[in-house]
Amino acid sequence: MELLNIFLVFLRIGAFSFGGGYAMLPLIEQEVVRNHNWLELSEFVDIIALSQMSPGPISINAATFIGFKHVGILGGIVATTGVVAFSFFIVTVMASIILKNRESGTIEGIFRGIRPAVIGLIGAACVSLFDTSVVDLRTLGIGLLALLIIGKFKLHPIAIVMISGTLGIVLYSL
Amino acid sequence: MSKERLKLFYTFFRVGAFTFGGGYAMVPVIQKEMVERAKLIEEKEFLDIIAVAQSLPGAVAVNTSVFVGFKLYGIPGALSALLGTVLPSMIVITILAVFYQQVQNIQSIELFFKGVRPAIVALIFMAAIKLSKNLDPTRFNIVVGTGAFIGIVFFEIHPILVIIAAATIGLIREKKEERHGAS
Repeated sequence: MELLNIFLVFLRIGAFSFGGGYAMLPLIEQEVVRNHNWLELSEFVDIIALSQMSPGPISINAATFIGFKHVGILGGIVATTGVVAFSFFIVTVMASIILKNRESGTIEGIFRGIRPAVIGLIGAACVSLFDTSVVDLRTLGIGLLALLIIGKFKLHPIAIVMISGTLGIVLYSL
Repeated sequence: MSKERLKLFYTFFRVGAFTFGGGYAMVPVIQKEMVERAKLIEEKEFLDIIAVAQSLPGAVAVNTSVFVGFKLYGIPGALSALLGTVLPSMIVITILAVFYQQVQNIQSIELFFKGVRPAIVALIFMAAIKLSKNLDPTRFNIVVGTGAFIGIVFFEIHPILVIIAAATIGLIREKKEERHGAS
């Protein structure tokens, strides 16, 4: 019964989280801390710290953590299933519509507008990420070095992540 | 799971495992894996997929993986890709939740991520440049692209509103040209 409850709450969170990421934290807090008392507010704040240590989307991190804290491993699985369920449904429906009607003028028109906008959107995400991640000369140096390496050597992004992380440890431990 | 789907799962597992810093951090990883290495999707198509992923509710990484998986191998493909994307996150978070008190005090983890974050910005920036090369530098593309950027950065308009506006402008333009073409 509790598992069903967890599933439904996270289904709702997943369905209403436009924009993803940190934008959905207030919604999660409302449901999980205030409506259901599954977590204390202080534990909720831990989610942000944990999400920064863990890979993957913040919504998945939050769902797994809350479900796990409340019920255990099964709770984490159920919460995560709930948070992705609506996405899965709506994306497959939209994908089949788009893939079947690729020649349609209406769909081409919509994409014609969205394509350049998405580049702008990603650029805007860079600006806000820059603000929170480049905090001193060392982080600026790592960022510039990464830019240079990517431009010159076409290394795999995973290699860049490893190199810059190691640099972080080295530079801040000196 | 068939061999192709297993490969898809593994590719997205890597995407999920190395996506630090949320949504757009997976753009360069998928670009490298699916577009440049495996050549499963074209760069231009990839831009369209990100556009759809960003326009629907849910995490961008999740939506992108479901779309790519569905396009390649239908519903089973979508499931394999989704599972690959969320599994690393679930495993790491469960372990972290168990050892949270101890992990909190490991300083090198924090320093590692301090170094990773600026590199992520560089990666996303380069991915955006690469993606933009698929678009012709027409006046329409430049105006809509910079308009979206300025709207979000300086006027703090919600990205969803920006996407709806851009879709409407594109649609109007397309219909106008259709009418001109017909006459």
